[in-house]
Amino acid sequence: MTAEEATPLDPQISRPRRTRLQGVFREVLKAPITAKFGILVILSYGFVAIFAPVLTPYGEREIVGPEFDVWGEQFILGTDGLGRDMLTRLLFGARNTVGIAFITTILAFVIGGLTGLFAAIYSGWFDQLASRVVDVLMAIPQLIFALMLLTIFGTSIPTLIIVIATLDATRIFRVTRAVSLNVVVLDYFEAARLRGERMFWLCIREILPNIMAPLMAEFGLRFCFVFLMIAALSFLGLGVQPPTADWGSMVRENAVLITYGDITPILPAIAIAVLTLGVNFLVDWFLHKSSGLKDGH
Amino acid sequence: MTNRLLEIRNLEIDGESDEVWHEIIKGLDLDLDRGEVLGLIGESGAGKSTLGLAAMNFVRPGCRIREGTIRFDGQELTAQSETTLRKLRGVRIAYVAQSAAASFNPAHQLIDQFSEIPVVHNVKNRRDAEADAKDLYRRVLLPDPEGIGYRYPHQVSGGQLQRAMTAMALSCRPDLIIFDEPTTALDVTTQIEVLTTIRDIVREFNTAAIYISHDLAVVAQMADRIMVLRYGELVEEAATRDMMSNPKMDYTKSLWAVRSFKKETETVGTEINPVVKIDNVTAGYGQEDILKNITFEIHRGQTVAIVGESGSGKSTAARVITGLLPPRLGNIQFNGKVLPKSFKARNKDQLRHVQMIYQMADTALNPRQRIRNIIGRPLSFYLNLRGQKKEERIRELLSLIELEPDLYIDRYPDELSGGQKQRVSIARALAAEPEFIICDEVTSALDQLVAEGILRLLDRLQREFNLAYMFITHDLATVKAIADNVVVMLQGEIVEQGRKTDVFSPPHHEYTELLLSSVPEMDPDWLNELIAHREKHGVMTSTSTS
Repeated sequence: MTAEEATPLDPQISRPRRTRLQGVFREVLKAPITAKFGILVILSYGFVAIFAPVLTPYGEREIVGPEFDVWGEQFILGTDGLGRDMLTRLLFGARNTVGIAFITTILAFVIGGLTGLFAAIYSGWFDQLASRVVDVLMAIPQLIFALMLLTIFGTSIPTLIIVIATLDATRIFRVTRAVSLNVVVLDYFEAARLRGERMFWLCIREILPNIMAPLMAEFGLRFCFVFLMIAALSFLGLGVQPPTADWGSMVRENAVLITYGDITPILPAIAIAVLTLGVNFLVDWFLHKSSGLKDGH
Repeated sequence: MTNRLLEIRNLEIDGESDEVWHEIIKGLDLDLDRGEVLGLIGESGAGKSTLGLAAMNFVRPGCRIREGTIRFDGQELTAQSETTLRKLRGVRIAYVAQSAAASFNPAHQLIDQFSEIPVVHNVKNRRDAEADAKDLYRRVLLPDPEGIGYRYPHQVSGGQLQRAMTAMALSCRPDLIIFDEPTTALDVTTQIEVLTTIRDIVREFNTAAIYISHDLAVVAQMADRIMVLRYGELVEEAATRDMMSNPKMDYTKSLWAVRSFKKETETVGTEINPVVKIDNVTAGYGQEDILKNITFEIHRGQTVAIVGESGSGKSTAARVITGLLPPRLGNIQFNGKVLPKSFKARNKDQLRHVQMIYQMADTALNPRQRIRNIIGRPLSFYLNLRGQKKEERIRELLSLIELEPDLYIDRYPDELSGGQKQRVSIARALAAEPEFIICDEVTSALDQLVAEGILRLLDRLQREFNLAYMFITHDLATVKAIADNVVVMLQGEIVEQGRKTDVFSPPHHEYTELLLSSVPEMDPDWLNELIAHREKHGVMTSTSTS
C-alpha cells in the first residue's frame, strides 16, 4: 500500500459484517416513521389477506342479515345491499384485490422487465420491434383498451390479470430499457461482455443490481396503479365479478348509501388509499437508502 | 490607491457530506496585485478550485465559508448582499472553467453568450458587445473572427472553444480572471495555443489572474508567483523562478520529482511470432474509416505506446483488437494465429488472453459488486477456481496490487480512492492470467503521484509475468517512462513507429516533432522560447484544419 494514497474511509468498514437478517432488522429500527408506517400497513394487509377466513365471523358470500343494516354488535360495520356482512367482505376484499394486484404487477414486471433488458443489451432489430409494439400499445388509452380487451376475452380473473399485466408491461419496458441503456454503455458492462459472459449473467449480475432503485420505485407506483385500475374496472363492472368481494366493486355496490350520509361505502376506498400510501412510503424510504448508498462519502 | 487587488485572510471553508461538516480550506491567506498572475497548484482535493471560487465569495452548494475575510479592491465581499456580488461577478471578476464544452450553453450561438453579460449588466449595448466580441476573437487568434461567433458550441473545436471562453471572460474587461484548469482537457498541441493566448491576453489587458492547475509545468509558464496547496493548507509560496529552482518543502520536491520514473530495461521483441500483430487493419464506423491500413506488433514482455491526439484513432485500435469493432480489412493475429474479427466469435481462451484496463476506473468497476466478486469472477469464469482456492487467489492478487486483502476484499468500489480503483481494475485483468493487456489512458484521470504509483505497479507486473502491454495515451511523459516501442498516430494513420529511443531522438517526423516540443517543461522560459523558435522556423503548429 503506497503512502500517498489516502483511504477515504476509516478502518471501521473492515469489521465483520452482520448477517443479512440482523442488518435488515437494524435498518428497519433506524427507518423514519413514514417507512415504519408503510411496513406496518403492508404487513397487516398481508396478514389479513392470508388469514381472512379465520378472522371473519361469516362467509364471504353468505347472506346473514337484513339489507343495509346499520353498524352494531352483530354486524360491526353493518351489511351491504344483499345483507352480507361488511367487515367480512372488507377482509376478504384484501385477499382478492391485493392478491390480484400483486400477481398482476409481478407478471407485468417479468414481461416488461425482461423484454426491456433484452432490448437494451441486443439493441438492433429486437429493440426496434419491441419498442414499436410498445408504442402501438401505449398509443391507446389504457383504461379504454383494457375495457375493450376484457369485453372480448371475458371477465375471468386470469384474463383480468393477463390483460392488465400486458398493458402495464409496456410502461415497465420503457423504464427498464431506458435505465439499462445507461448501464450498457459503461465500461464494466463492456468488460463483462468482453469476458464472454452469457446473457443471464449480464442481466442478473451486471445490470439488474444497478437499476434496482428506479425499478423498485416503479414497482411501488405500478402496484398502486394496477390496484386502482382493478378497482376502477370493478367499479365499472368489468373487473372482479360478484359475488367475489373486491374493494372496487364494493364501493359501487354500496354507492347508494352515500346519499344517506353513511360512510360505510367509503371504507373500501379508505382501505385502498391507506395501502397506496403505505407502499409509497416504503418505496420512498427504499429509494432514499439505495441512493444514499450510491453517492455516500 | 494601492496596487493590491485581492486580499484573502484566514479563510476557512467547510464542506458537508453525510450531514457531517469537514474543513476543505483550513485558514488560508492569499494576496494578489493588479496585473499579477498567481498559480495555484496541488492534487485533486487540495482545495484549489474552492479557493479560486472563494475569490468571488462564491462557494459550491454544500459548502460554507466559516471564517475569514475576502477583500476585493477594498470592498469586503463576505459582507455584501447577493445582488452586489452578482454585479461584481462577470463584470469585475470572471471565471473560466475547465471544460469549455460544458460551460457553454449548447443551444445558443457563441456571440449571444458573449454579449449576454455586458448587456445584462448594462456595460455595453448589444451592438457594441458584438463588435467587441469580434475584436476579442481576433485577439485570441480564432480563425474567421467575424463569423465564428455565429456558430454553436458544437461547431468549433475544444481548443477554439476554450479561447472563445477566454474572450468571453474579457467581455467586461474584468480586473481579475480565475482560470480553473483551462487546458487540462486539451491535447498537448492545442494546449500550447490556448496557453499562449491566455498569457498574451492577460498581459495585454493588464488583468490579474488566478491560474489553477495540477500541472506544474503549465503553471510555471503562466504564473508570476506560485502557491502549492495540500489538504486545504498552504505548503509553500514563492515567485515562480525561485520555486522552480529551489523548492523548500518535501511535498513540493516530490511534485517536482514525479516525472522521474523510468523503466529500467528495454525489451526488444525477437520472436518470429509477436503476441499480437495488427495486420493491415482498416476499420471505422458507418461509411467513415477511422483507422487506415494500420500495421504494428507487440512482443512478449514489451510495452508499445500508441500516441496521438484525441480523434487520432488510438481507442478505435483498442476496440478492433478486443473485437468490439470488427475491422473492414486486415486482421488481428494472436501468437501467429488469426483471431476471429468479432469478440462474439472468439472462444474463452482467446478472450482470456486479451484483457483491458480502462481510463475511468469509476465506470470500469460495477458499483454493486464487492471487490471479492469483481476479481473473483474471471477466476471462476476462465480458470474454474472455486471455494477456498478462489479465495486464496483473490487474496494473492490483492497483495500483488499492494492492497491489504483483509481490509479491501469486502469493500465496494465506492469505498476506494481513484488510485485504488485503478489497482483493482488491474487485478481483474491479471486474474484472467492474460498474455496481453490493453491500457487505455489508465493514468490520465489520476493525480501525478498516484499515476506514478500505477505506472510502477504495471512495470513490476510486466517483469514478473512477462506481459505485453499496449499503452494508449496522449501523455508523452508517460510514454517516456514506460514504453519500449512507440507508435505515433495522426488522423487514423501511423506517422512513425519504432523503438522509443529512435522515435524520440532526431530526426523525427514533423508531427512527432510537434508533439514532443509541445509537452510543457518545468523551465519557466520554455513557452517563450518555443513560440520564438516556431515563429522563426515557421514549423507546423497545429493539426486542426477547421
